[in-house]
Amino acid sequence: MSAPAQNRVILKHIDAPGYTNDIACYLRHGGYEMLKRAFTRQPQEIIDDVKLSGLRGRGGAGFPCGVKWGLVDRRSGKPIYLLVNADESEPGTFKDRYIIYKDPHQLIEGTMISCFANNVRQAYIYIRGEMAEGARILEKAIAEARAANFVGPNILGSDYSCEIYVHRGAGAYICGEETGLIESLEGKRANPRIKPPYFPAVLGLYLCPTIVNNVETLCHVKYVMEIGGEAFAKIGTPGNTGTRIFCVSGHVQRPGYYEFDSGKITLGELLYDVCGGPLPGRTFKGVIPGGSSAKVMRFGERYKGKRRVGTETVEYDWGVEDVPLDFDALGAIGTMSGSGGVIVMDDSVNMVEALANINAFYSHESCGQCTPCREGSLWMKKITTRMVHGDARPEDAALLKSVADQIPGRTICAFGEACSWPTQSFIAKFGDEFKNYHETKKAAKPADAIELV
Amino acid sequence: MNLKPETLQRIDEVITHYPVKRSATLPLLHLVQEDIGYIPEESIEWIAQKLDLQPINVLELVSFYPMFRRKPIGRRHIKVCRTLSCALIGGYKTCETFAQEFSTHTGRDHISPDGEVTIEFVECLASCGTAPVVLIDDELHENVDVTKARALSDQIKAEAAARKS
Ligand SMILES: Cc1cc2nc3c(=O)[nH]c(=O)nc-3n(C[C@H](O)[C@H](O)[C@H](O)COP(=O)(O)O)c2cc1C
Ligand code: SF4
Ligand code: FES
Repeated sequence: MSAPAQNRVILKHIDAPGYTNDIACYLRHGGYEMLKRAFTRQPQEIIDDVKLSGLRGRGGAGFPCGVKWGLVDRRSGKPIYLLVNADESEPGTFKDRYIIYKDPHQLIEGTMISCFANNVRQAYIYIRGEMAEGARILEKAIAEARAANFVGPNILGSDYSCEIYVHRGAGAYICGEETGLIESLEGKRANPRIKPPYFPAVLGLYLCPTIVNNVETLCHVKYVMEIGGEAFAKIGTPGNTGTRIFCVSGHVQRPGYYEFDSGKITLGELLYDVCGGPLPGRTFKGVIPGGSSAKVMRFGERYKGKRRVGTETVEYDWGVEDVPLDFDALGAIGTMSGSGGVIVMDDSVNMVEALANINAFYSHESCGQCTPCREGSLWMKKITTRMVHGDARPEDAALLKSVADQIPGRTICAFGEACSWPTQSFIAKFGDEFKNYHETKKAAKPADAIELV
Repeated sequence: MNLKPETLQRIDEVITHYPVKRSATLPLLHLVQEDIGYIPEESIEWIAQKLDLQPINVLELVSFYPMFRRKPIGRRHIKVCRTLSCALIGGYKTCETFAQEFSTHTGRDHISPDGEVTIEFVECLASCGTAPVVLIDDELHENVDVTKARALSDQIKAEAAARKS
C-alpha cells in the first residue's frame, strides 16, 4: 500500500519557505489574477462554471456550491449577502485556521470572485472569537486589498463595488451552523432558525437572500476560475470533485493537514503512509473520519454493500483501511466525511472515556432551544461522566442509546444529529466496553493512563 | 465606565459596518472587554443606549457567549483546550500543570493568589493537529506538554517579577 502524492492546490503556498501573508508576496505568486479574469466574464457564466465543477461545500454537509448559488432569490430586489463561515469549531477540524493565518488573500480573492458572480455588495467573514489574531490578519489583508482596488468601491476600475468586513464570534460552536451564524451576525443569540421558511438563500441575513460558504469552499472557487469547471470536475472521483484537505489529529506519528484528490486516497494510506501509523507499541482502535460528530469506525470491522459511483453501481467490501476518503464512500458505510477532521484513537483509549469527553463538548455547546437536544445532550454527558467518575452499571449502554435515539429528527438544526451520532455509534461499535466498564474500572489504571474527562 | 479614546473611536467605526445597528453588539462587547478586562454592569446599559436597544438585548448575549465575563480575571488568561484531540495527547495534564504552577484552581471564578492568571478549560480551539494547545490571551501555543506548560508558567512569573521590580 502506498499513498498517492499530495495535490496541494489550496495549501500550495502554505508552509512554503519564504511565503508570507502580505499582499506583496501574494501578488508575486500570481495573486488576484483570477479576480481580474472573473471581471472579464459574465456573472452567470461563473455560476455555471462552479455548477459544472461539481464543487461541494467543505464546511460539513457537502452541499454542491453551484446549486446553492442557483437557489438564491434574485428577484426580491433585496441586497444579496455573502457570509464566509470561518467559525471552524467542529472538534478535529483545523484547516481554515491555516488558510486564514498563512494565506488570507487566497480567501479574500475567492470571496470577491464569489461576490462578483452573485452580485453581492456586502460580505462578512464570520470568524470564531478565539481567533483574535486571525481576525487582525484578515483585517489587515482586506485593507491591503482595498488599497489595491480589489475590494471596496469600483473594483478594478469597473462600476462594481463590494465591501468585506470581519465579524468576530465569541466562543459558541453553534455559530458555525449557518442560520445560527446569521442570528449571531444580527446581534442576537445564535439560536438556529427553522427551515422552512428560513432558508438563507431566500430569508437569510436581515431576511435578505444570503449565501453562506465555508472558507475552504471559497478558495476552491478561485481554483475553478483558474482551471475551469470542466477540468476541476476531472479531479477526484465522480460526484466528489477537486481536492480535499484532511486534518489528522490524535494518536498517529505525524498529525497535520494534508491535501489530496478527493476519493483518491484511502483511510489506511492516510493513516499509515502519510501520517506514519500508530505511536510506538500501539495499534489503532477507532477513528472518527469527519469531525467529532461523525460516526466512529472500529478497526477490524468490514463494510459490504453496493453503491453508485457516477453512473455505475459497484459492490464494495472494505476494511477500515480500504475506505476511500470522499463524501459518498464514507456516507455509504454509515458515517460521514463532514469537515475532513480525522481523529485517531489507539488501544490505550477507553471508549467510555472518549465518549464522555465528546458528550461534554456537545452538552456545553447546545444552544438550548430544542428540548430533545438540550436535555438529551446534558443527560448523555451526565451518564458518561458518572460512569467514569462515579458508578458504572451494565445497563448504562442501553440507557445511553435510548437517550441518543430520541434526539435526531426532532430538533431545529442538525446539532441534534451531531450530538447523538457519537453516542449511537460508540455504543453500536464498542458496546461491550460500555457493558463491562464497571469491571474495567476495578482494575488498576496503568501509570501512564491518559485522563479524557 | 471609562473607555479609552481609541476604543470609543473604534466603536463608532465598527457601527458603520452594518446596515442594522444591533449587529454591532458583539463587536462592542469585544471592544469593551478588551479595554476594561470584563463586561461591567454599566457597560451593558451604555451599549444598549449606543445601539438603540434594551439592556436585555445586550445582557442576553453576555450570558450566551462564553467569551464574555462579568467579573475581572487574572492579568493573563490561560485557556487550555479540553476537547478530544487535545485530551488524547494529555490536555488534562497540561491544565493541571498550570493550576499547580500558579497554586490555583481551574475556572473563570479563580484568580491565582499572585493575581497573575486565570486558568480556564475551553472547547476545541481548531488546532487539534498540534495538541495539546493553549491560548494565552490572544496567543496560541502548540504542543504544550507538561514541560512546556512549566516553561510558559515560568515565563509569566518572570514577566510579573520584572514588572514589579
Ligand atoms: C452544529 C453545526 C455546526 C457547524 N459548524 C460549522 C463550522 O464551524 N464551519 C463551517 O464552515 N460550517 C459549519 N457547519 C455547516 C454550515 O451550517 C453550512 O452548511 C456551511 O457553512 C455551508 O458552507 P459550504 O456549503 O461551503 O460547506 C455547521 C453545521 C452544523 C449543523
Ligand atoms: S438542535 Fe440543539 S443546537 Fe440546534 S437549535 Fe435545537 S437546541 Fe439549538
Ligand atoms: S481538540 Fe484541542 S484544538 Fe481541537
